Amino acid sequence: MSQDGVNKGRRTLLVGVTAGVGAVGAGFLAVPFVKSWLPSEKAKAAGAPAKVDISKIEPGAMLTAEWRGKPVYIARRTQEQLDNLPKLNDSLKDPENSVKEQQPAYADNIYRSRKPEFVVLLGVCTHLGCAPKYFAEVKPETFDANWQGGWFCPCHGSRFDLSGRVFNGSPAATNLVVPPYSFEGDNVLVIGVDEENA
Amino acid sequence: MSKQKNTLMGWIDDRLPVTQTYEKHMSKYYAPKNFNFWYFFGVLSMMMLANQILTGVWLTMNFVPSAEGAFASVEYIMRDVEWGWLIRYLHSTGATFFFIAVYLHMMRAILYGSYQKPRELIWIFGMLIYLALMAEAFMGYVLPWGQMSYWGAQVIISLFSVIPFGIGDALTEWIRGDFLISGATLNRFFALHVIALPLVIVMLVVLHLLALHEVGSNNPDGVDIKKLKDENGKPLDGIPFHPYYTVHDLVGIVVFLMIFCTVLFFFPEGNGFMLEYANFEPANGLKTPEHIAPVWYFGAFYAILRAVPDKLWGVIAMAAAIAVLFVLPWLDRSPVKSWRYKGWMSKVFIIVFAAAFVELTWLGTQPANDLNTFLARLCSVIYFGFFLLMPFYTRMEKTKPVPERVTGGH
Repeated sequence: MSQDGVNKGRRTLLVGVTAGVGAVGAGFLAVPFVKSWLPSEKAKAAGAPAKVDISKIEPGAMLTAEWRGKPVYIARRTQEQLDNLPKLNDSLKDPENSVKEQQPAYADNIYRSRKPEFVVLLGVCTHLGCAPKYFAEVKPETFDANWQGGWFCPCHGSRFDLSGRVFNGSPAATNLVVPPYSFEGDNVLVIGVDEENA
Repeated sequence: MSKQKNTLMGWIDDRLPVTQTYEKHMSKYYAPKNFNFWYFFGVLSMMMLANQILTGVWLTMNFVPSAEGAFASVEYIMRDVEWGWLIRYLHSTGATFFFIAVYLHMMRAILYGSYQKPRELIWIFGMLIYLALMAEAFMGYVLPWGQMSYWGAQVIISLFSVIPFGIGDALTEWIRGDFLISGATLNRFFALHVIALPLVIVMLVVLHLLALHEVGSNNPDGVDIKKLKDENGKPLDGIPFHPYYTVHDLVGIVVFLMIFCTVLFFFPEGNGFMLEYANFEPANGLKTPEHIAPVWYFGAFYAILRAVPDKLWGVIAMAAAIAVLFVLPWLDRSPVKSWRYKGWMSKVFIIVFAAAFVELTWLGTQPANDLNTFLARLCSVIYFGFFLLMPFYTRMEKTKPVPERVTGGH
């Protein structure tokens, strides 16, 4: 290399390599800042199972429980309501539970539950996360003249049947989520635990 | 450059270009002499930004950024802090008037083609300010931790969950910092609202102004005033910004503040459009309010989101409605800037577009029923039609000749 002349190629290479190494370093430095936004250990630890007494729920009524800070709907369905479910299949987006993540294997049936009588659903609309409201009665509603009973989301008008299955024409694309749950005896529901330990 | 070396100013100017900067941006910045009232809204936006920063700093002195303390601390500010109610209403009403000024400022640019070459960068910086401002306003609305704060945050953050391949759910969890909207979310929004985004907005405003002063201001005729200059090189149709427009703007500021104060003192809740009644109830993660609606300044985009009966496409339409604004300078193929000299198609489109935007804003605050959904769909089509058809109608139509000199003026 000459003393007075400038080796442009080498200079470009060195500048490029320095900038490259600097960029990698900045990338590593970004990791703690980005990861700092993830749920903290405290938030993760708050996910304990919730136990609910279901003996007081009248047929046709619903109870809202809290699990991991989210509402969980426990509805007790009448025989009439259960018999009505298959008739709705044609007006539903996903009557056959084709999206497997929306429910545990034991709820992969038309009732979307372990026991047909009780349906347990996460009260979080699969559209944009509002809490759908319970309209159990079969009667014309402002949002649906031919309402067959179920949940209606006040935010953007998504409609779900009494199994939490989404109706056609709703902005939500998938059925309501069934959280993991199990029964302890006849009267206690445990939300957040899959195994039966009765 | 200063010639007086022996004065204090000369001493400073040799070390820091104070006089030079003052002359470039104020006393020797030549603005077209035919500005009309539409040209008030730039300076009014800046005034509202200053109001938000000043009152915001004071609010942080008593606000408690935690899920347990936020709601009560806002009530404390409203009831117990000396003049706290005024400072808080200045901030909340200020947000509304900030957006009014910004929307009219953007409308001005559309009317007179202020985004056209060579002012594309000014427009893009302006759009970035608008984007940052929307994030700023959204996060600010979460802070009082009422029902609408909570459920608004739930809906807006859930918008990101439409991203496929499992990214969406991981991303929403990352933004929330929890498995649900919680105190962690509130705290980070507080940090972004009071530090990060204001810094970004102020820096973008500086860039917006630097880019403007580099190419010079447009005017209602869309005439380039730098073409015709007098013997001293001063534009014939230009006048120095200071003192002419500084004094002139004072009139606009006084009128605007009179309207602002009327709302501030007599209608601080804006009939539920500025401070929603559901937000007077503390956040409850188990119960969604009957009717959830955004504050008015997000109404148009919310209406577009709701108009689409599909989650993913609804979010895409809403994002596209904002994104399309960024490319406006390249959609307008007209040889003239101002709508005064554009053809009848541009005029009709601009008026119909403005009406559709106002209608969408209204619809976004109303419950969705069949009529409203139909209107929202119609107005969404007009909104996108205005932009997507612009390359065609601006080229097809016959324009009027643009005069050499500006018309009207003082």
